[in-house]
Amino acid sequence: MSEAHNPLNRETGQHHDRHQDEAAPQAPRKLDLPGVRALLEKSHGREYWRSLEDLAQTDAFQDLMHREFPRYASEWEDGDSRRNFIKLMGASLALAGLTACTRQPTELINPYVRQPEELVPGRPMFFATAMPLGAGSTGLLVESHEGRPTKVEGNPDHPATLGACDVYAQASVLGLYDPDRSQALSLEGEIRSWGAFLGAVQQAMTQQKAKRGAGLRILTETVTSPTLANQLKEMLAAFPSAKWHQWEPAGAHSSGAGARLAFGQPVNTIYDLRGADVIVSLDADFLSSGPGSLQYARQFSARRRVRGEQTGMNRLYMVEPMPTPTGTKADHRLPLRAGDVEQFAWSLAAALGADTGGRKGASTAADKWIAPVARDLQQHKGASLVIAGEQQSPAVHALAHSMNAALGNAGKTVLYTDPVEADPVDQVASLYDLVKDLDAGTVDLLLILGGNPAYNAPVELGFRDRLKKAALRVHLSLDEDETSELCHWHLPMSHYLETWSDCRAHDGVTTIMQPLIAPLYAGKSAHEVLTMLTGQLERTSYQIVKDYWATQHTGADFEAWWRKAVHDGVVPDTALRARSATPRTGWAASLTQSLTQSAPQSSHAQGLEVVFRPDPAVYDGRFTNNGWLQEWPRPITQLTWDNAAIFSPKTAQEKGVVTTDLVEIAYRGYKMRAPVFIQPGHADGSVTVHLGYGRTRAGHVGTRIGFNAYGMRTSTALWQDYGLDVRKAGSDYLLVSIQDYHALDTGRHTIEKADIAEYRKNPNVIHEDFESPPPGLTLYPGFKYDNYAWGMAIDLTACTGCGACVVACQAENNIAVVGKEEVHHGRHMHWLRVDSYYHGDIADPKIYNQPVPCMQCENAPCELVCPVQATSHSSEGLNDMVYNRCVGTRYCSNNCPYKVRRFNFFLYSDWNTPQLKLQRNPDVSVRSRGVMEKCTYCVQRINKAKIDAEREDRKVRDGEILTACQATCPTEAIIFGNINDPNSRVAGMKAEKTNYGLLADLNTRPRTTYLAALRNPNPEIEG
Amino acid sequence: MAQIFHHSANTFSRITIYGAVFAIAFLTWCFATLDRSGYETRQGEVREQPIPFSHVHHVADDGIDCRYCHTTVETSNTANIPPTKTCMNCHSEIWSTAPMLEPVRESFRSGTSISWTRVHDLPDYVYFNHSIHVNKGVGCETCHGRVDKMPLMYQQNSLQMQWCLDCHRNPERNVRPRSEVFTMGYQPPEDQEAMGRRLIAEYKIQDARTLTSCNTCHR
Amino acid sequence: MADDRQIEDEELKPAPVIAPGYTFGTVTDQIASVVLTRRTPVFWIACFAGGFALLLLFLWSLVLLLAKGVGIWGIKIPVGWGFAITNFVWWIGIGHAGTLISAILLLLNQSWRNSINRFAEAMTLFAVACAGMFPLLHMGRPWLFYWMFPYPNSMGVQPQFRSPLVWDVFAVSTYATVSLLFWFVGLLPDLATLRDRSENRMARGIYGILAMGWRGSARHWSNHDVASLLLAGLATPLVLSVHTVVSFDFTVAIVPGWHSTFFPPYFVAGAIYSGFAMVLVLAIPLRHVYGLQGLITDKHLENSAKVMLATGLIVGYAYILETFTAWYSGNVYESAALWHRMTGPYAFAYWILITCNIVAPQALWFKRMRSTPALLFVASLVVLVGMWLERFVIIVSSLAQDYLISSWRVFTPTRWDWATYVGTIGLFTFLFFLFIRLLPMISIFEVRTLLPQAKVEEETEG
Repeated sequence: MSEAHNPLNRETGQHHDRHQDEAAPQAPRKLDLPGVRALLEKSHGREYWRSLEDLAQTDAFQDLMHREFPRYASEWEDGDSRRNFIKLMGASLALAGLTACTRQPTELINPYVRQPEELVPGRPMFFATAMPLGAGSTGLLVESHEGRPTKVEGNPDHPATLGACDVYAQASVLGLYDPDRSQALSLEGEIRSWGAFLGAVQQAMTQQKAKRGAGLRILTETVTSPTLANQLKEMLAAFPSAKWHQWEPAGAHSSGAGARLAFGQPVNTIYDLRGADVIVSLDADFLSSGPGSLQYARQFSARRRVRGEQTGMNRLYMVEPMPTPTGTKADHRLPLRAGDVEQFAWSLAAALGADTGGRKGASTAADKWIAPVARDLQQHKGASLVIAGEQQSPAVHALAHSMNAALGNAGKTVLYTDPVEADPVDQVASLYDLVKDLDAGTVDLLLILGGNPAYNAPVELGFRDRLKKAALRVHLSLDEDETSELCHWHLPMSHYLETWSDCRAHDGVTTIMQPLIAPLYAGKSAHEVLTMLTGQLERTSYQIVKDYWATQHTGADFEAWWRKAVHDGVVPDTALRARSATPRTGWAASLTQSLTQSAPQSSHAQGLEVVFRPDPAVYDGRFTNNGWLQEWPRPITQLTWDNAAIFSPKTAQEKGVVTTDLVEIAYRGYKMRAPVFIQPGHADGSVTVHLGYGRTRAGHVGTRIGFNAYGMRTSTALWQDYGLDVRKAGSDYLLVSIQDYHALDTGRHTIEKADIAEYRKNPNVIHEDFESPPPGLTLYPGFKYDNYAWGMAIDLTACTGCGACVVACQAENNIAVVGKEEVHHGRHMHWLRVDSYYHGDIADPKIYNQPVPCMQCENAPCELVCPVQATSHSSEGLNDMVYNRCVGTRYCSNNCPYKVRRFNFFLYSDWNTPQLKLQRNPDVSVRSRGVMEKCTYCVQRINKAKIDAEREDRKVRDGEILTACQATCPTEAIIFGNINDPNSRVAGMKAEKTNYGLLADLNTRPRTTYLAALRNPNPEIEG
Repeated sequence: MAQIFHHSANTFSRITIYGAVFAIAFLTWCFATLDRSGYETRQGEVREQPIPFSHVHHVADDGIDCRYCHTTVETSNTANIPPTKTCMNCHSEIWSTAPMLEPVRESFRSGTSISWTRVHDLPDYVYFNHSIHVNKGVGCETCHGRVDKMPLMYQQNSLQMQWCLDCHRNPERNVRPRSEVFTMGYQPPEDQEAMGRRLIAEYKIQDARTLTSCNTCHR
Repeated sequence: MADDRQIEDEELKPAPVIAPGYTFGTVTDQIASVVLTRRTPVFWIACFAGGFALLLLFLWSLVLLLAKGVGIWGIKIPVGWGFAITNFVWWIGIGHAGTLISAILLLLNQSWRNSINRFAEAMTLFAVACAGMFPLLHMGRPWLFYWMFPYPNSMGVQPQFRSPLVWDVFAVSTYATVSLLFWFVGLLPDLATLRDRSENRMARGIYGILAMGWRGSARHWSNHDVASLLLAGLATPLVLSVHTVVSFDFTVAIVPGWHSTFFPPYFVAGAIYSGFAMVLVLAIPLRHVYGLQGLITDKHLENSAKVMLATGLIVGYAYILETFTAWYSGNVYESAALWHRMTGPYAFAYWILITCNIVAPQALWFKRMRSTPALLFVASLVVLVGMWLERFVIIVSSLAQDYLISSWRVFTPTRWDWATYVGTIGLFTFLFFLFIRLLPMISIFEVRTLLPQAKVEEETEG
């Protein structure tokens, strides 16, 4: 539930600085960030300078600097430096002291002076907001402890989120507290005050006023915020000859062009998978990436819930170059080079009798599919769906439109609306336009609001150099990045959790974002910066956003409407109306080569295909400094801390390279070195490279890791092209994948799977080759559970392996980041991992995902080997892990057949960096060195719910407790609850015939069980 | 040849050998006692506070209910140390010029918290929840002692795990009717154990096995 | 008593347990002189220095370990135990020979033990000291080791008595205590001898204190005999129990490759196997350097070699059994585990250990081999290496590849793994050479009983 919006919210944020529940004793001379800020806030201009310098002299400040800017803030670092050694020595001795005979250190309590109403110390509050990303947004509920946002959950009331959440939103909390975020304004690297900036920029603006803004250029990323859009429009009205450009490196370039191609106008496409029985995905990872994926995943999996008699399943065909989570779910998946996907699309469209201008695709490996797939689609007119991947060529999008039209899906499974973007321009053209002006030298003032064009603009533009041609360059961004480096002014931007704003989801649903905390550093939002420019008296984002909505609101009592909208996290009826759109006849004939990516006939002559994709973890590079995302094992590849040139086994063999080799990849004269990673199921003759790495100014975590694929990404081939040349250039690159490729060993009962047809014939099919030992088969007396018995069931048919649960778990349970080296040593700390198993032909294997939390075994091998009872059986069937009792023999981990226990081989948790302390969940102990840790079904949540229930003398309701992984799961694959209650959802799932225990033959009797992975293949197609 | 040792050496050696046994025993005893001592636990130690706040005065003399200041004791894990505002509710009217209370007024003016010294300080890996204890009939007095007799606050009990477990293993010895939770100087009836068992049933207090499961206090 | 001693002598003719020509005096002289009069040989200084150097390395790695954590080793998930526990089992095993010689052979009245039991026991002590450290050091938070003991604590929590590690605590500590007592009691008469013979006042003082007023009166001797017999009686079961309990660490766990019932006998045999190897490794050079061939005769070496051969065969049998059960059980995990052992990343270790522990020792069948000290020395070293590898393979290769393929990962030792291992060897050498320099490495009074003169007396008495 979300507490009512609290008008004192900003207050709350500021309060928190004072309110430290258990502040350590502090020397009077010690400073803290708020202190410094307060000191500096008072002063401006030169005076500001002096005070800063004076300050800089004091030891306290030096000391603060050391605390605030530690090396490798969020990553554990093992230097053998003497200082570090002494530090560790001290730490360990202190540790020794604390745990032996020593008294508690004196602690202070600093209560509020005026306690905000509704705030109950010790009880978290939840506020609705949203995280904008590209042309979409994720509606969120953010958990706040005494004004510290610690964890985000999906907002159940938000139609595009439905309570689920993706990795980016989960990890954004760490982004907020990232110590590397820029902490002050700077003019050419020297700290300045907002006052100074105001002076400087207003002068420039007055000049522009004179020339009607002829020299003013504004560059933003894709803008969906109605308020910001409105501000920009006003701005352009005030400065008629100023220009607004947009560049979103991983934006909706193709779908936009595709829509213009098919309909002659920008149209937003959204899908409704509830009614789709047959789905063909043309390289579209619609279940785990891109706007709306959360909603689509929910709808898709809802059509695949096989329960008892309910055996209906939709069917998914997928062609794609690189295996994606969606690909692992496909009933039929075929690895096709990205270019061949278009050929397949042409052929399929032709077979469906869609308008292709009489054109047919070149033959591909997928030809054998065309007839049966077309038949399958036609048998489900109006209940089928063709989805084009965002990264496919505009032609493929247009083809998808006309196929859906031919199949009568429009208005049923596929809906067309007006675009979500405030100004859906062709961003490439927009950027070219800007560059033209830069060359002409007509740009006096270039204002870059967010984004990092110097890093991610198409390479042929040479944007880094051209940028310098603007007379005055201002860059607003979260951290001082490659672009800030080249700009005169760098302005620290406030994080989305620090500011008021608004944004729209893929279907237009709008959220008014509210801040969870006052800006940690002197950050301001784009809204505020724009008002500064227009010389209006300074207004806060709060006023700006509220005023805008006041103008939008028609009905009476705006205040009540506003409060409700903010509270709900959804602005009522802002969802875009579906509108009719029919492809122009003869669009295909008019098609120019430029809009299709591949020249089919000669394609093979032109060497390998290069496929650019946003990185699953760091996206377009904006999350590169986020330790959680870096360490997060990417779906399928299980890679961490790197990007790679991803080959199919066959192509790698042809090129004579193996994983961890270094290759020099050359394309259109651009060269770079990349490590090789071999991915079974990848298309032959094609190499996938992920964007977002090789950054030169990202921060301590993200700088200079991986290679920068933007370095060969041109505007004419944003996503794929032929003509890649590969040459072995070295070997033994440290490429860390937490799991090697391993074929599914059916002798070991890890993954149970079946085709739906088999299941319909014999529901017990998965238990045929399988005998689990009788429960009584143990020397020790069993346990009795008269009250609750917690259990979990994971539906492998639903799980897409998107990995959101892993990051959610990390955020909820204060799990440390250990860094590439340690991950390489097998010391990553994730309590929950997603195993992937491969079955069948290595060129085109079926891939199975299996999330593995602690199994909470009934006969737990870990419990009886721990010499000090640090892990023991709770009265409700959990294998409790008591960190403060653990002495670290690691015997429990050795004896755990599932290897879900994690050990603090060093002091991994950051006990020093204050910002990171703010992020921690106060209900979970921060583990120290030498201690074993593991999943406990989020026992802190269980206890909270139990206590609340007991206070009301009732039992915990089913669904009242959501574990972190369950809460965030887009497909509701993970269900947790009380298995003593036969009516609970989890009990229901465990009663299913497809329910089985991992390695059940060991008689560990796991509490976490799985529902077998079922597929619904088309009998007409082999394999 | 000459004796190396005087024959008294025999006695010495005997004494040392037997003595060693006792010495070891004694040392062990010392450690055990130190571990449970007030020095270790800070039991009964009156702690320095910025303002000499007297519970005797406020609770016993003025008869203010615990919950007037410790507002969240029934709803949250912490009982809440009252904000300066709460003090000022009264002290803007009475004793509004008392020099003793200057820090309070200063805090109210400047908006900076009064830094109290924590008296009851459990280790950070212990998750104690006030609300559940109060709601299940554990009196404030049971853990905090006769606060109304404490001019300056000190810690009545050891707050060591053993002490917690004593009650978690057999709650019937300490539970009292909900109506009596906030009373100071409550006299338990003769048949405390019997009543305890009755209340346990009535308040649906969990069984000892649940109360002593690790995750009840450690997460 | 006397008669069978004679019969024994008959048998022992070819290789007597003590060279002819010794008198009470010469025996005492020769042994005591090592400590009191003779110049310290270069050999001793070299070994001592070497041991000391390694000891310093050990201390350095300890400091680093305590300062940074066990992460400095190569251990990881899933291989939570690496060198540390391997060394623990190896050292404990080595200890066994000492106890066997001093206790069991005493009860069995094997007089040939008299001249080797002293340093064998010392070896035991120092080996146990080395072994005892690892269970502590391998812990994540060693300073909390005392939580493993059941004692009345303010937490109201006790150890988990179902855990083999707790059994270990008792097994090993008892073993250490009993061995120490036994050794010290045995030393008393000789300490007295040293006290009486040493010129240096201080030495006399120290030996005097240690000798605890031993005057060799009849009462002393009878008490002494009783005490030795009692301690021997106590020590004897320990020889079997300690390594049995150690083997429980593995058999109780469900890890494929650990979870089998024949580990206890297999471990005990292995222990004695490696133990006697160590005895020979120590005895052969010593007797050579100090010219003690008269006291530590070829007979001793040969007997030890025979024991090695016997225990070696038992160990070999265990390997075969292991393979058989893995195959016969038809258990996918067991057979896979064995397969990985033989072919996986640790195949090299497996095959080397097979060579060292089964193939090489077959040479001991030949008398010539047994009676050539140099060859025996080499053979013993080979066995020691083999036995270490055996523990390494059992622990590491089983953990590296257990149930879930997704979690498999290979363990590679870091330089600090090696430092801690080699370091303990240094500690052992250091202590041992300190011992032979400061205490009689051969039991003077017990060797005297081997002299013909001793029997004559007895006969006249009897």
